[in-house]
Amino acid sequence: MSKAFTVLDLLDLELRDHNALNLVCKAGRKGLAKPITQPDINRPGLALSGFFDDFNSRRLQLFGNGESAYIRKLEQENKWETVERIFQLEPPCIVFTNNHLPPDKVMQFSELHHVPVLSTSLGSADFSVRLIRTLADVFAPQRTVHGVFVEVSGMGVLLLGDSGVGKSEAALELIERGHRLVCDDAVDIRCVSGNTLLGKPVNPTLGHHLEVRGIGIINVAQLFGVSAIQFQKEIEMVIELELWDSNKEYERLGTKDQAVEILGVSMPSMTIPVKPGRNIAILIETAVMNHRLKQMGFHSAQEFNQNVIQWLESENARNVYLRKNKDSPVS
Amino acid sequence: MVEKDVTVKNRAGIHARPAGMIVTLANKFSSHIFIEKENEKINAKSIMGLITLGVLCNTVVKISASGSDEGAAVDALVKLIDNRFEE
Repeated sequence: MSKAFTVLDLLDLELRDHNALNLVCKAGRKGLAKPITQPDINRPGLALSGFFDDFNSRRLQLFGNGESAYIRKLEQENKWETVERIFQLEPPCIVFTNNHLPPDKVMQFSELHHVPVLSTSLGSADFSVRLIRTLADVFAPQRTVHGVFVEVSGMGVLLLGDSGVGKSEAALELIERGHRLVCDDAVDIRCVSGNTLLGKPVNPTLGHHLEVRGIGIINVAQLFGVSAIQFQKEIEMVIELELWDSNKEYERLGTKDQAVEILGVSMPSMTIPVKPGRNIAILIETAVMNHRLKQMGFHSAQEFNQNVIQWLESENARNVYLRKNKDSPVS
Repeated sequence: MVEKDVTVKNRAGIHARPAGMIVTLANKFSSHIFIEKENEKINAKSIMGLITLGVLCNTVVKISASGSDEGAAVDALVKLIDNRFEE
């Protein structure tokens, strides 16, 4: 990850519906620039009761119903040592779930030690799941790739190739044929759960524009409608476009499967040579269909090869039979 | 490979017009040219990539090139950025 992910970044994340964290900062604003370095949370129940061995202060601390009730009990007894010690260890931030508001004393510790106290309307279970999912995304291995990312017949296809080879033009024709643009030129790729690559625009507000030589920058959503765009998509296939090189051998049969590695994930790939007169969009469409067919268990090239072998074998058997029976009288 | 750091000094940063100038210039060279900001590396020959990089005023960017005319390419781009895109 290039930049540190701070508590402020967490509050600023645009998460909607079932991803929303509903976080509000209640105190300790000076600590909002603290970086969150671990994609995990800690329930500080043991620490509150005074047991600090192996206490992970680098994690975000989550105070649920139980912890909040315990703090109220500590308030009645006016015992603040353990609570203050948690703040002294400077965790990135402290979150109270179920809209619980901590006592004023806790707010004072927060201001004093610059540890932000946040509050959310969500319950602990729900909040933990959403937060871990969000942080897993934030901390996922990331790479920016020069290419065009389109969705063709429901499949995420990453088009790679040198600039000027015609990636954007191919994308334009694909859009025209009813497929969708995810982003042009700079694709933000994240590897989630170890084997899935998600691609989206580097900058969501500038995404969904295409640069076409001779025309300039066009707004795809405005020109072709919202059905022509997609915000994020899993990358399922890589197609590399390159200028036709007459000295290079291109795949003729398609019996061998190629792959490229992105962020450690192996992706099925294909190289399509570009030259005038070849309709790249239709080639990409066909390649994607053929790939889907393969995934469904039907491998066109292999099946064709099997048929050829079968036919040759039967011809061979026929010839052997005919040769053997050449001299025998016909009944 | 040739690399050079340069600070973007014009007030608006790299918006559409400067991006267009960089891309036009970069395309005159056959080398592979990249512009890097905070570990984010994009192809200097692609206009959308350059704009989405979001380079503000006083940002240091690294220009790198590899190929037959790498030195000339980096020098030309550094000069263009240093001259504030003739603004």
